[in-house]
Amino acid sequence: MSEIKLMKGNEVLAEAAIRCGCDGYFGYPITPQSEVMETLMMRRPWEETGMVVLQAESEVAAINMVYGAAGSGKKAMTSSSSPGISLMAEGISYLAGAELPCLIVNVTRGGPGLGTIQPSQADYFQAVKGGGHGDYKLIVLAPSSVQEMNDFVNLGFELAFKYRNPALILTDGALGQMMEKVELAEFKPRWTSEEINENWGSWATTGKPASRKKNVVSSLVMGSEEMEANNLRFQEKYRMMEEKEVRYEAFQCDDAEFVLVAFGTSSRVCQKSVQIARAKGLKVGLLRPITLFPFPKLVIKELARKVKGFMSVEMSAGQMVEDIKLSVYEAGSNARVNYFGRMGGIIPSPEEVVEALEEKFSWEISYGVKRSY
Amino acid sequence: MELKDLIKPENLVYEKSKVQEDTYMHYCPGCSHGVVHKILAELIEELGIQEITVGVAPVGCAVFAYNYIDIDWQEAAHGRAPAVATGISRLYPDNFVFTYQGDGDLASIGAAEIMHACNRGENILVVFINNGIYGMTGGQMAPTTLEGMVTSTTPMGRNVDLNGYPMRITNLIAQLPGTSYVTRQAVHTAGAVRKCKKSLKKAMENVLAKKGTSFVEVVSTCNSGWKMTPIAANKWMEDNMIPYYPLGDLKDSVKGV
Ligand SMILES: Cc1ncc(C[n+]2csc(CCOP(=O)(O)OP(=O)(O)O)c2C)c(N)n1
Repeated sequence: MSEIKLMKGNEVLAEAAIRCGCDGYFGYPITPQSEVMETLMMRRPWEETGMVVLQAESEVAAINMVYGAAGSGKKAMTSSSSPGISLMAEGISYLAGAELPCLIVNVTRGGPGLGTIQPSQADYFQAVKGGGHGDYKLIVLAPSSVQEMNDFVNLGFELAFKYRNPALILTDGALGQMMEKVELAEFKPRWTSEEINENWGSWATTGKPASRKKNVVSSLVMGSEEMEANNLRFQEKYRMMEEKEVRYEAFQCDDAEFVLVAFGTSSRVCQKSVQIARAKGLKVGLLRPITLFPFPKLVIKELARKVKGFMSVEMSAGQMVEDIKLSVYEAGSNARVNYFGRMGGIIPSPEEVVEALEEKFSWEISYGVKRSY
Repeated sequence: MELKDLIKPENLVYEKSKVQEDTYMHYCPGCSHGVVHKILAELIEELGIQEITVGVAPVGCAVFAYNYIDIDWQEAAHGRAPAVATGISRLYPDNFVFTYQGDGDLASIGAAEIMHACNRGENILVVFINNGIYGMTGGQMAPTTLEGMVTSTTPMGRNVDLNGYPMRITNLIAQLPGTSYVTRQAVHTAGAVRKCKKSLKKAMENVLAKKGTSFVEVVSTCNSGWKMTPIAANKWMEDNMIPYYPLGDLKDSVKGV
């Protein structure tokens, strides 16, 4: 029997972690995601599943605790908000370099600096382009409902272990704080030592039995040729993700002449914008990337061959718009790509999105054809 | 008598621990790191804990510690070994987890992580190699560099008005209730090696008995960084380092005190 509850996004992250058999959560308080650790501390999963929950002295320590736990084959996670994720950048790069699976959640707030505590999507670049040093990628999942906050904890871990790569849930203060109906996942037991040894025994530092060689978790490589071989292997892994793991949702795109592209909170706004625009007679659709890396390039390329334009709607100065432009360019299409967004923690209204669309595509709307340059 | 006549089982007085890998170490001749590695390998073998031991290597000259001791290892980011060890030990409470860190790693960039791991009383061993300098990066000032000591970033000698004072971080650690055994040792003479081994053994037994954090500082030489011969470095250490960092136990108690 599935359990349906009314819960906050942040609380759901905690509940989903317990239910998916997570072994350890390490975090440091920061608004707007402190409820994740608070919920865990109230729930006391160590009594129920044996899951460890620890308040670290900083985000730097938290991500390195995750490294230690992940390196020993355990399901480890952390959550934070923008400034805290910046502090974790070195550790995340080490995790990617040592090919360790883990789950990181960024309940984003407005930046730069201490910024605001209101929701924002301004950490898109940081999330999808690496964020720390070196050539690496994270698997980035962008939920747009409390239900997906629940679902993506388990999915994040699955993908992380499948590719031995950190996964990141990029969400924001609105989704973290809002309450919605959610169907909670079934309880899955934590992995036993036998399962860990069987599945991850080739790399995890569980303690070396006489029967195997020692395992060393490290991102250090001394020779540049050896390092390049590593880099090439990583790139191949990222390419596999692009081939196999792209997830998106297309809403009224079939006959669309204009496509809004938005993820997370802004995609919820855009659903309404599509209705308003359609009521005005404008054929507008919405494409919602669910994986931000791998980015749904292919579907954008296909749409680019038939639509007049795209508008990226973001709670940032325009970051994802660059990836849309790249895809359209790769498709050899001259569909126009515009951006509309609000910053500072402001969520755009559905009406302002439609107004922006009408203004930015006034030529196409008035003359009914693509504008050529 | 020929050499082959001497190499006989009955003449055997010393054998390399089987837990120590059969390989050359990259350390400079005279460096203390190798001696401490050897002691650790011997103790892991003596205590029969090879299968449950996980080491955390630092960033510093000992970054390659994992090449020399035949156990599972993780290589941590600079200064973060105590956090990494926390993650391992919390999820494998029955494993023996230790960090191995230099003075830059532990007392400078990783000062927060070491303080908090010790304060939480993580059930781990910390091996702290205090050679008063950054060996790996070419001999810059460490928090433990002595007043007046010349390094590549204190070419006129450490000036306390500019750089602050050499840090006795082990004394601070001993104040933390999470720790049970805190000691300062050296490995520059045969006698010191024996004492250090005894201390490390006790520290390891404490961790195996789940008594909280045990912390062993080893006052060490870095003859390359100090620009001295190994013998001169040992002498300099005795005359200068040990008076400021006196050897002996700083705490031998139980967690919570
Ligand atoms: C974040 C970061 N900062 C700086 C460095 C460069 N670095 C490598 S080792 C080291 C100092 C090591 O000195 P110590 O910990 O005393 O160990 P030793 O080499 O003397 O054994 C520094 C500064 C680094 N690797 N990472």
